[in-house]
Amino acid sequence: MARQGVGASVLRKEDDRFLRGRGQYVADFRFPGAREVAFVRSSVAHGRIRNVHVPDAHKGAVFTAHDLSNVKPIRAATALSGFKHSSEPILACDKVRYVGELVAICVAASRAQAEDIADSVTVDYEELEPVVDMLAARRPHAPLVHEEWGDNLFIEFFQDGAIDRVAETAAIKVTREIRTARHCMFPLEGRGVLAHWDARLGFLTLISATQMPHIVQRGVAECLGLNDGSIRVISPDVGGGFGYKGLLCREEVALAWLAMRVGTAVRWLEDCREHLSANANCREHHYRITAYADRDGRLLALDCVATVDAGAYSVYPTSSALEAAQVASLLPGPYDFSLYRCRSAAVATNKCPILPYRGVARSGVCLAIEVIMDAIARQAGIEPYEVRLRNLVRPEQMPFENVAKKQFDGGDYPQSLRRAVAAIGLPAIRERQRKGEPDGRLLGVGFSIFCEQGAMGTAVLAGWGRPVVPGYEQAAVRLTADGDLEIRVGTHSHGQGHETTLAQVAHEILGVDLDRIKVLQGDTLYSPFSTGTWGSRSMVMAGGAVAQASRMLAKRASRIGAWLLQTEPADVRIANGSVVGRGASVTLREVARAWYLQPQNLPPDVDEGGLEVTAGYRPARDMGTFSYATHAALVAIDPGTGLIEILDYVVVEDGGKLVNPMIVDGQVQGGTAQGIGTCLLEAVSFDAQGQPLASTMLDYLIPGATEVPDIRVLHMETPSPHTEFGMKGIGEGGAVGPPAAIVCAVNDALRAVGAEVHDLPLTPERILDAIAAGATARETRRP
Amino acid sequence: MKPTNFEFARATSLGEAATILRQAAGSARVVAGGQSLGPMLNLRLVQPSILVDITAIPELTRIEEDAGGVVVGACVTTSDIEDGRVRVEELPILATVAGGVAHRAVRNRGTIGGSICHADPAGDWLPTLCALAAECIVTDGRQARRIPIDQFVTGAFEVMLEPGELLQAIRIPRPSRTARCGYYKVCRKAGEFALASGAVLLDCERDRFRAVIGATEGRPVVVDDARTILGGMPQPGAAVRLDQSAANELLQRAGLTAPARLHITALARAAAQAMAT
Repeated sequence: MARQGVGASVLRKEDDRFLRGRGQYVADFRFPGAREVAFVRSSVAHGRIRNVHVPDAHKGAVFTAHDLSNVKPIRAATALSGFKHSSEPILACDKVRYVGELVAICVAASRAQAEDIADSVTVDYEELEPVVDMLAARRPHAPLVHEEWGDNLFIEFFQDGAIDRVAETAAIKVTREIRTARHCMFPLEGRGVLAHWDARLGFLTLISATQMPHIVQRGVAECLGLNDGSIRVISPDVGGGFGYKGLLCREEVALAWLAMRVGTAVRWLEDCREHLSANANCREHHYRITAYADRDGRLLALDCVATVDAGAYSVYPTSSALEAAQVASLLPGPYDFSLYRCRSAAVATNKCPILPYRGVARSGVCLAIEVIMDAIARQAGIEPYEVRLRNLVRPEQMPFENVAKKQFDGGDYPQSLRRAVAAIGLPAIRERQRKGEPDGRLLGVGFSIFCEQGAMGTAVLAGWGRPVVPGYEQAAVRLTADGDLEIRVGTHSHGQGHETTLAQVAHEILGVDLDRIKVLQGDTLYSPFSTGTWGSRSMVMAGGAVAQASRMLAKRASRIGAWLLQTEPADVRIANGSVVGRGASVTLREVARAWYLQPQNLPPDVDEGGLEVTAGYRPARDMGTFSYATHAALVAIDPGTGLIEILDYVVVEDGGKLVNPMIVDGQVQGGTAQGIGTCLLEAVSFDAQGQPLASTMLDYLIPGATEVPDIRVLHMETPSPHTEFGMKGIGEGGAVGPPAAIVCAVNDALRAVGAEVHDLPLTPERILDAIAAGATARETRRP
Repeated sequence: MKPTNFEFARATSLGEAATILRQAAGSARVVAGGQSLGPMLNLRLVQPSILVDITAIPELTRIEEDAGGVVVGACVTTSDIEDGRVRVEELPILATVAGGVAHRAVRNRGTIGGSICHADPAGDWLPTLCALAAECIVTDGRQARRIPIDQFVTGAFEVMLEPGELLQAIRIPRPSRTARCGYYKVCRKAGEFALASGAVLLDCERDRFRAVIGATEGRPVVVDDARTILGGMPQPGAAVRLDQSAANELLQRAGLTAPARLHITALARAAAQAMAT
């Protein structure tokens, strides 16, 4: 039998149904008599609702905040001192705070009819001046998103290093201003909810495309004043999450309420326009960053003022504080320096609430610090990779605590960078740059290196005072009467392949063939409570729990097996799905048969828990695992059009012990594709009135097959000392590195024309503007 | 994103289509491939009372070649052209341009006539056919009239069709054997609409040098005598000599508010293609 356990690149079990088009997503569920929902959404960014007018013909099919008066708003408070609370009503009642906010629910037999009704509803707004730009939001007399606050600041974080003395004497001082764009996450499947009342089980059942069914259950119970036990949340196959489905959605609460009100199943499926115009909810940061270094490019101190546009409300359960907190704590990255000052603010604006997108805050901070490393390199006159090598944490320093108190668990960061430099072929590129490209394009190479703190646990997140703090992750493992293995977990795969990888973990311990292992997830009815799948945690946490439970099960099975073999438990071991003694073995199927069907064959001291184990797990240290990677990009810029082509892309990734390297490659490639989108294409800009300017895919571009190069993924494997098998979280890193690597590559290319760019995305206009500005600067310098 | 209610009719003759259009008095929309109209319906940007499907009208899928050129029926798809169903030796540009329109799935359904009537400035057929000095054959079901394509298009998303009229075919004149064409567009990603485009016809034998700048904010900018902005009648193989300020002025006059540099690049590169031997 080919290897199937931890480390084997087996094909994904779930792909059999996905590739045959037999996946079951929310939209695939059919309920007789189900009605369809369309929402009336706010058309203004900031205003008071004077009146919602519903034509007589549609009375009874339209519900407003007035009807939902018993429903509690969503509150995602944190216990952090100074955090200002926002209260997000399910339907806007007095005030709307962003374009796309829910104002009314319209229900009809078909979606088209529901949209007809929504079109007929008129909302009378008293328009207020919106606050659209996060920097403007902090100016005195800016309009207030939440009047009672007195300003627009959710919270501010400080890292207060005493850098002043070094700042005065440092040989190199470089400052850059960097802006990243607000964009959409754009999973292939949008959000969707189907709600119905299950009279037999006494459940309000929500079928929702979510990454965290239990959190939705908890949140809906809270808002509607129901018991958790009377709500069942099913998350079926989910077509991508990326954080977009890692929250309690207002739509989920609204549909749950509606199902109970109208008595039939009701369904809402997000469409592309809703996604674009009401949910551009990630990545918008601003940095003013200054680095101080010695003549040789050694970083002495870092000083940064960062702003995160957190939008109008705090989202449950991550809160609006998360992103800014991450910025301040992650900015130093894998660099070893001792003086750090950072102020990062989460600012409220009249835009939709920010959500933690794959690689929360990291792609922005990675861009900021890597741009500044390049700036140091320019000033010091040395290769950018060399500056990084001089500043990276070295393997002999591990375990290492950086200036922001992040505790690195191991790895060889300089080696990762050196391998990327070799793989991209730096000397040959420098030679090619000297010769120039025959087609006149400008060639550039860039590097980014970063760490990815995954599976952050109680130790990290309790301190942030969030409404939901992850703790022990549980898994239930059961040997069925026919000897198959059934695994139930509370995490949920939305593309990660957990049906395969969790089975691989169980196989590693029990040796049951993968075809005979079923992983069940995505249903609060049968899975243990979990905060769900987010933050690169599932493999470490749920994988750890499956390992734990499998070992306990192995012990129980061994005892029965030993009895059947007429030997001592100490003399048997589990191998290839059997209990193996000296010279004889008995299959787990026979063990299961004894427990379930032939109990007369059981040992007298058999464990009464039988062949079903629920075990909880958290790593010995749950400060998070530290995966890391170097990204290297080779780009060519067409100076006539400003278009950028990625000619080569290398990722050198260390994700600890890899459970399924093929799936990890997919994670890295998919993440990198998204990072390329962040860097080159994706943005929703807003006009002065807070109107999002992209509402169709004509205006909003995501990378496709032609924009994503072949990504060469090279692996290093430094096991974590703290987790099962040494696994580390690996889900997000791919999306973190590309903006920094590509911007550095572009700036390397633009060096030839005296230009530099720092604002995302790198549109042709921005590139051409930079080239023109470079030309003007050269003109004025000329005597 | 669901359309409002509409009626649907599938016409089998030009006369029938024209009658329905006339009776609907402006609230009808013609649908052929539906590649632009479909999304517009779903976004409720158009809310017609009736859709008239013209793809079952036999004349509209015909391709007729004669000494003077080729007449391409309005419902000939872009894939048809890409695959060489319109095979005019002097016009290899047609297949080249077709192959660059959006994605194959769009080309399979999208028609040349639909693209012209939709008159999206960022489309590919409009600037190309303007450079080739094509004519639109418009019918009211009884009589046909011929309108030069650069006059047929009156603005962004606007064409010269009276209620009851529809585009029947496009007539593309045959250039001389030595003629060369160029088409260049600037897109942020493959298959997307162009940010800027340029199309050039260089037919030295007939002393024709025609240039078009597309993807403007209005109708394409057509320069019937491109010698004025491209430094005289070029010899094949010569370098492009684009008068940037003249091109810029043309674009400003045409109402372009964005910087013209991408358009100028597109035109220069289209010209370079046409002038390459």
